Amino acid sequence: MLLTVRDLRVKYGNVEALHGVNLSVKEGEIVAILGANGAGKSTTLLAVSGIVRSAGGAIEFGGKLLHKLKAHEIVREGVIQVPEGRRIFNTLTVEENLALGSFVRNDAARVAKTREWIYELFPILKERSDQLGGTLSGGEQQMLAIARGLMAEPKILLLDEPSLGLAPLLVKAIFRTLEQINRAGVTIVLVEQNARAALKLAHRGYILEVGNIVLEDSAPALLANPEVRKAYLGG
Amino acid sequence: MEEFFQQLTNGLAVGSIYALIALGYTMVYGVLKLINFAHGDLFTIGAYLGMTLLASFALHETIGPFLGLIVLALMVMGLVAILGAIVERTAYRPLRESPRLSAVVSALGASIFLQNAVMLIYGARFQVYPEDLIPETSIDLFGLYIPVVRILVLFVSLALMAALFIFIQKTRIGTAIRAAAIDQDAARLMGIDVNRVILLVFLIGPALGGAAGLLVGLQYGQINFTMGWTYGMKAFTAAILGGIGNIPGAMLGGLILGVIEALGSAYISIAWKDAIAFFVLILILIVRPTGLLGERVADKI
Ligand SMILES: Nc1ncnc2c1ncn2[C@@H]1O[C@H](COP(=O)(O)OP(=O)(O)O)[C@@H](O)[C@H]1O
Ligand SMILES: [Mg+2]
Repeated sequence: MLLTVRDLRVKYGNVEALHGVNLSVKEGEIVAILGANGAGKSTTLLAVSGIVRSAGGAIEFGGKLLHKLKAHEIVREGVIQVPEGRRIFNTLTVEENLALGSFVRNDAARVAKTREWIYELFPILKERSDQLGGTLSGGEQQMLAIARGLMAEPKILLLDEPSLGLAPLLVKAIFRTLEQINRAGVTIVLVEQNARAALKLAHRGYILEVGNIVLEDSAPALLANPEVRKAYLGG
Repeated sequence: MEEFFQQLTNGLAVGSIYALIALGYTMVYGVLKLINFAHGDLFTIGAYLGMTLLASFALHETIGPFLGLIVLALMVMGLVAILGAIVERTAYRPLRESPRLSAVVSALGASIFLQNAVMLIYGARFQVYPEDLIPETSIDLFGLYIPVVRILVLFVSLALMAALFIFIQKTRIGTAIRAAAIDQDAARLMGIDVNRVILLVFLIGPALGGAAGLLVGLQYGQINFTMGWTYGMKAFTAAILGGIGNIPGAMLGGLILGVIEALGSAYISIAWKDAIAFFVLILILIVRPTGLLGERVADKI
């Protein structure tokens, strides 16, 4: 296993948001985490990235115990998150946003190669490279957020609702790009409310309900599961 | 016209000192959303350290006035920077997760502590800088006679500001500072150690404030333990005028405030000199609370 989350508990103040979450991700996989609003999907990813502290359990990645590391150290392990709501740096240029993505990398030649690859994946970002992040459209901002994550040369990419607020056509384009990224060797954890699109892309999936994993299966099995269809796929 | 240009250059020199101090307020506000009330006192300490170092080493006599002043400035900046970092570690970092008000109270406490420390060490009376450090001559600039010290103050301040601007805009670490000011968690997700960014800001701001203290000592020759209050208030006004959190804004705000103050006291009344800054502050808060270059709202203070 590349990433293993065991009995993860997270508290906000006195309220427990995750009650012992277990999940694992193999190298090369795309794993979807699905669930309703407020189920704890973002909290799970934020705990993996060290942005929220865990109150119990363990997070292991490539032999390292992430729950013992600080957020910036976790990034150096190759665990990169594209956060919910994009969180790009609005008043910095596209180029500066991308440069920040590669903040932890020192090999300038390799960084330049990554940037070339990113501009191939998202040609529009090249056109907009001198523009401020905040002036991009929603779809372009999402591309920038993903591109910025890729600049870190992730071993695993955690994406929190990349389809949020985007038109269906754009969602398709973004998901197609995610597939390309995965084929290039990047393991992906995909948090989504758009369950159908996510399961079509993913190899496996987990269903999270109010802080507990209630179901785990292969993506095709989840797509066929009547319970899942009723609750998350609109019948 | 002669009078006008004299006041203008004087205003620019004083304003560049306000700008140097304002940068400390605005950078700390940028990353912590906190007014470092102790910043004015770090400026005071810069002025006193400059005096003490001048008296103890007499560098301007041993290695010449030019090199002497440079070494002196670097020593003052380094020492005040260290003090700034200590203030951050002791007064602010322990309260990072506490309510905003606790940090504000702690900032005021640090300010009172430093001010009293200066008074206890140096006494409450005015202290004077050694004389004849800088020639009291004037330089002929297109028929305008400008005192050497005024040119020195302007040149040093502008050089420091240019260096800071390039550092913030063009370097990797500078970009990280800007990122942390925009969104701390997003910066963490880039692998930026935000605690180190905050520490760095508490080194750079006080270093510039300390340099400003030294320049005031050189320009006016007289310093007092309460000087941090007046200058701090004006620099704070300059930071708000430019848009708090905005680095070029602090530079611009300082220069504009210095010029308004100089022209105001020359053409309206010298008695109003210190009130002008207050007036400007109130006016911006009413007319444009985000400041000239700011996007943030002033009610966040
Ligand atoms: N910063 C926070 N402070 C307090 N409660 C929070 C915070 N963030 C999330 N929560 C709560 O934790 C639960 C899980 O939220 P979240 O992980 O954001 O869910 P999801 O991403 O699945 O929509 C929700 O009940 C939410 O209200
Ligand atoms: Mg969420």
